[in-house]
Amino acid sequence: MAYSDKVIDHYNNPRNVGTLDKAKTSVGTGLVGAPECGDVMRLQIEVDENQIITDAKFKTFGCGSAIASSSLATEWLKGKSVDEALTIDNMDIVEELALPPVKIHCSVLAEDAIKSAINDYRVKNGLPALEMPKSHH
Amino acid sequence: MLKFPIYLDNNATTKLDPRVLEAMMPYLTETFGNAASRNHAFGWQAEEAVDYAREQIASLINCSPKEIIFTSGATESDNLAIKGVFEMYASKGNHIITLTTEHKAVLDPCKHIEKMGGKVTYLQVNSEGLIDLKQLEEAITDKTILISVMYANNEIGVIQPIREISAIARKHGVLFFTDATQAVGKIPVDVEADGIDLMAFSGHKMYGPKGVGALYVRRKNPRVKVTAQMDGGGHERGMRSGTLNVPGIVGLGKAAEVAKQDMEKDTARIIAMRDRLEKELLTIEESYVNGSVEHRLPHVSNISFKYVEGEGLMMGVKDIAVSSGSACTSASLEPSYVLKALGLSDDLAHSSLRFGFSRFTTEEEVDYAIGHVKEAVAKLREMSPLWEMFKEGIDLNSIEWADH
Repeated sequence: MAYSDKVIDHYNNPRNVGTLDKAKTSVGTGLVGAPECGDVMRLQIEVDENQIITDAKFKTFGCGSAIASSSLATEWLKGKSVDEALTIDNMDIVEELALPPVKIHCSVLAEDAIKSAINDYRVKNGLPALEMPKSHH
Repeated sequence: MLKFPIYLDNNATTKLDPRVLEAMMPYLTETFGNAASRNHAFGWQAEEAVDYAREQIASLINCSPKEIIFTSGATESDNLAIKGVFEMYASKGNHIITLTTEHKAVLDPCKHIEKMGGKVTYLQVNSEGLIDLKQLEEAITDKTILISVMYANNEIGVIQPIREISAIARKHGVLFFTDATQAVGKIPVDVEADGIDLMAFSGHKMYGPKGVGALYVRRKNPRVKVTAQMDGGGHERGMRSGTLNVPGIVGLGKAAEVAKQDMEKDTARIIAMRDRLEKELLTIEESYVNGSVEHRLPHVSNISFKYVEGEGLMMGVKDIAVSSGSACTSASLEPSYVLKALGLSDDLAHSSLRFGFSRFTTEEEVDYAIGHVKEAVAKLREMSPLWEMFKEGIDLNSIEWADH
């Protein structure tokens, strides 16, 4: 299967690979997927006092599309408010990376990772967790 | 000078040997007759070429030329053997025994048999990929008509104890069929010494052309018959109708002749390269060879690199053409059923690469592949959350992974 140029670019030059200190209350961590499914994404955000995402990092175990989806997600997250980040839809990722139908689950995972990271941040800061969309699975 | 990508997927298919192409050329051009045309020189020449190929093949596997049935490839041969025996021996029984690690070209016909009212026992293999002979014998009933066990596995190269299996089959009066697609032309295969009743193999796995294969069907002790799955004209002793693929058959014959002549020399070179690659890649932390290394084909190595995903890894090793046990592209997300049958956890099965060597593989190519894979694994592990957790001493089994 041929990958799109954008997937290849993110795979070859992944943006924001790394780790934030998950002990900090300003950092939210999302770990989604499962090793037996061949995809695990860890996405982290750092949020400032104005609810703006100042940093985002990822590490992904998965195929090129999974790596590209999470790399792209970190790019999009930086500079957004937490509320804006919640509006990122997996289909935006599909469109941007031109993912084929068999790879849509990679974008779903990235969206889940974003929401999961935001929830982790919310819970740490005394806010109720948002309901995670389960419709994708 | 290296040419990219480097082909290391020789268990999928092999390059046509120039000697084979040369032998085929006349039959693709001037000598184009139909081997079934009995009344002119075009037909006679074609028939003669086919008969010669039959002898070349018979000589490689130690059978009579009359015991070779030409087909379109190993998949067709597998179908003909399994469905053909099931139909032919229906009055004797309806039970077939096979392995969970067989190729789909065996497993799917077996599923078909089950739909037709037959019974199939799928035996598990051990962690090395080998059959349990005791279980095999215990699975035989008075309704068992066929044991179908592959000679060597296409993913991990594990060679089954063929002689022990055939001895058990003989003892119980059950026919023994083997899919020897990965073995014929690569290791010595002798249908007499091995006690094989039916055997499938194909041209393109042994430096011959695609679209041609054969089914060996024993004629003596016992005389084996299969019901044709393709009707129309009664070619190949009525077992496989259809105009013979003369150039393909000539190619398969020549490939067999070359294999017999060069096997020893090729194998020594290939094993040296395979072992070198394996030794080097196993210096990577948390990497493992899958399947028995003792009972294995010379030209394959299947290695798992823990904490990196196979498809992602394949993208990182774009300068080499290999296969992965990961099936991320399939909708099911299921990794290789063969690796899972060895008891590998899903994540290890997802992390595997299969390297396949050929007589055309060079040491320079292998050296390049070693460095290329090492780099890609290191790069992907830097990106892998699982690797980070492993390095922090976190037990991945202690994590509650989300349903996916």
